Amino acid sequence: MKLSILNGRVIDPTSGFDRIEDLFLSDGMVSGVASAPDGFVSERVIDASDKIVCPGLVDIAVRLGESGEEYRATLERELRAAVAGGITSLGCPPDTTPVLDQPGLVTMLVDRAGALNSAKIFPVGAMTQSLEGDYLAEMVALKQAGCVAFSQGDSVLPNAGVLKRVMEYASTFDFSIWLRPQEEFLSHNGVIHEGEVATRLGLSGIPTIAETMAVSIILMLAKETGASIHLCRLSSLSAVELVRLAKHEGVKVTCDVAINNLHLSDIDIGFFDTNYRLTPPLRSTRDREGLRAGLVDNSVDLICSNHSPVKYDYKKLPLEESYSGASGVEMLLPLTLQWAREEGIPLIVALAKVTSAPRRILGNSERKIAVGEIADLCIFDPEYPWIVNDNSILSSGKNTPFWDSELVGRVTHTIIDGEVVFTKDEDKSL
Amino acid sequence: MNPQLDKAGKLRHFLTTEFLPKEILLQILDTAESFTRVTKRNVKKVPLLRGKTLFNLFFEASTRTRTTFEIAAKRLSADVVNINISTSAQSKGESLLDTIANLSAMHADMFVVRHARSGAPFFIAKHVAPHIHVINAGDGSHAHPTQALLDMYTIRHFKKKFDGLRVAIVGDITNSRVARSQIHALNILGVSEVRVIAPKTLLPVAIERLGVSVFYDIRLGLKDVDVVIMLRLQRERMRGINLPSSQEFFNTYGLTIDKLSVAKHDVIVMHPGPINRGVEIDSSVADGNSSVILPQVTFGIAVRMAVMSILAGHSI
Repeated sequence: MKLSILNGRVIDPTSGFDRIEDLFLSDGMVSGVASAPDGFVSERVIDASDKIVCPGLVDIAVRLGESGEEYRATLERELRAAVAGGITSLGCPPDTTPVLDQPGLVTMLVDRAGALNSAKIFPVGAMTQSLEGDYLAEMVALKQAGCVAFSQGDSVLPNAGVLKRVMEYASTFDFSIWLRPQEEFLSHNGVIHEGEVATRLGLSGIPTIAETMAVSIILMLAKETGASIHLCRLSSLSAVELVRLAKHEGVKVTCDVAINNLHLSDIDIGFFDTNYRLTPPLRSTRDREGLRAGLVDNSVDLICSNHSPVKYDYKKLPLEESYSGASGVEMLLPLTLQWAREEGIPLIVALAKVTSAPRRILGNSERKIAVGEIADLCIFDPEYPWIVNDNSILSSGKNTPFWDSELVGRVTHTIIDGEVVFTKDEDKSL
Repeated sequence: MNPQLDKAGKLRHFLTTEFLPKEILLQILDTAESFTRVTKRNVKKVPLLRGKTLFNLFFEASTRTRTTFEIAAKRLSADVVNINISTSAQSKGESLLDTIANLSAMHADMFVVRHARSGAPFFIAKHVAPHIHVINAGDGSHAHPTQALLDMYTIRHFKKKFDGLRVAIVGDITNSRVARSQIHALNILGVSEVRVIAPKTLLPVAIERLGVSVFYDIRLGLKDVDVVIMLRLQRERMRGINLPSSQEFFNTYGLTIDKLSVAKHDVIVMHPGPINRGVEIDSSVADGNSSVILPQVTFGIAVRMAVMSILAGHSI
């Protein structure tokens, strides 16, 4: 496909490029910037006037199935949702059913996803067998099968002894370990953030110290072993402070925040609204501000959607019995734009948090929007208002704290390897 | 928006005392007062809820609360159906929403709900037809608003007012839905101080944000109080990671004549029951002159009648 994208504002965080320019794509690559290569005849022209053209979004935390369901059933649908959200590459955590701890399963997932001609999948392998935290998983074999890093997902972290061995083994081969820091014995049975709201609602809490304690242990072990660590979904101000300090000390650590934690706090739970039951929990407004500040000074490296669709019936329960999680891939871009607007962050800086920064964490080389580079692109209308509801959301997870809310900014086209895989208003197939 | 109130600000469900206007709490107390006269008559029934059907939905076992709701509803001439759900549909795997939908189809007018999960009555209230009223009879550790209101009734009965009163609540605050509902009600009704007295293991974080002062020493906490409310200590919490033993709890926090001596001379002692003698309260106090534990139970019927009749659109 020879494709022309005309008059768009091209923003490329990697090269610092931000101006209105024409792009020409052929053979999966960018073949012309500003001017078409010799003999280029467009087969399709996209008028990107008043729109922004940026690298395809990279979302490192996308669960492709519903909780309690096999991912196969919904793989296609969730990938369609991801590209509708402008996402061209995504990382999937290992705590799916089945657990990604066998090379065969990883190969199967990569092959199945590859056959769908949709977003590119980067599996994160289980770091312990069955994620039980007792024995090392076959990391080398999993890596060969396509895993980009190793993790416990949201499963209970192993004890410090096992954790140390995991780090030693992984760092032997320069593998990165992704950990969501939460100390099990301090958070057991917790439903929401431990604080005034939990006390008012009579719910058991997940205290902040469950996170900071785990962060401290992980950082000390990382320092000791030299392992490279990515901390997933930080939810508290104090955790961000610990990471900031560790980065200054030269510990090889990066971290991310889930988009919902960047916008909401435990107060928003209101009267037991199950759409606000998330992992990690929404914490105080002070924590939310701490996460925002961390993004600005780069203590927090990137934003992810933490997409975890939950089956309808599992949210229609009293809060304590309901499942945790929210659909997120289609809200990642507009909520990132909203954060940028609220904080006065330049678009190019905000977009880096969902494009170039997560790309680095996935271990992929830097990629510019330039001649000769692979053309994974997202085109969006930054002013387009839309309502999150059944008509607008493709994901099978019809649950997000932003249900029925108006968001601003909508993807119009998603391009992977030079091919248009999503065009807004055309995708009625699901 | 407060899901308990309709657009006109009238009580539609009674789920928690938190965020309720003072006028509504006083309306319940005043209506209850007129019903206490009814309960003293020979013919104790009034026809306010004639033709209405009330379902007692107890997802968690209870004898006393369920019985007082049943008596209250019958005195208002309602038809009462008791359903003990822990041994019924839910154990067969039916979802809570399906259970509620089925009972609604039986033309229920009012659900009285007790559930082990905090917030379950809110969930039910959100999903019932517009004409159905939900009364929370205790949900998890969240709220027990009719118990709190009967306690407010008892306090007003003996003390004639709320302003200027110092009230101490002693015991397992963390797991007490009664304490939370009392704290909100006392603050709304304007007492001068609410104190909570407990070891740190029985106090939830940020409890002071609910408008209480925290005391760890019962002798300091009881000084000059007008009302003492003792909470029941659940048997499974007497030994373990919150408390070493019931004996140690009694020695440090159990109410005795001696500890009570620092309170005002006309102090009243309350307890939502059932009491553990020798664990949170000594028999000499439970059966003593300061105790108003039995009148509390009697007032419970009038208060529940008041809540039901106000929800049905009648106030006196």
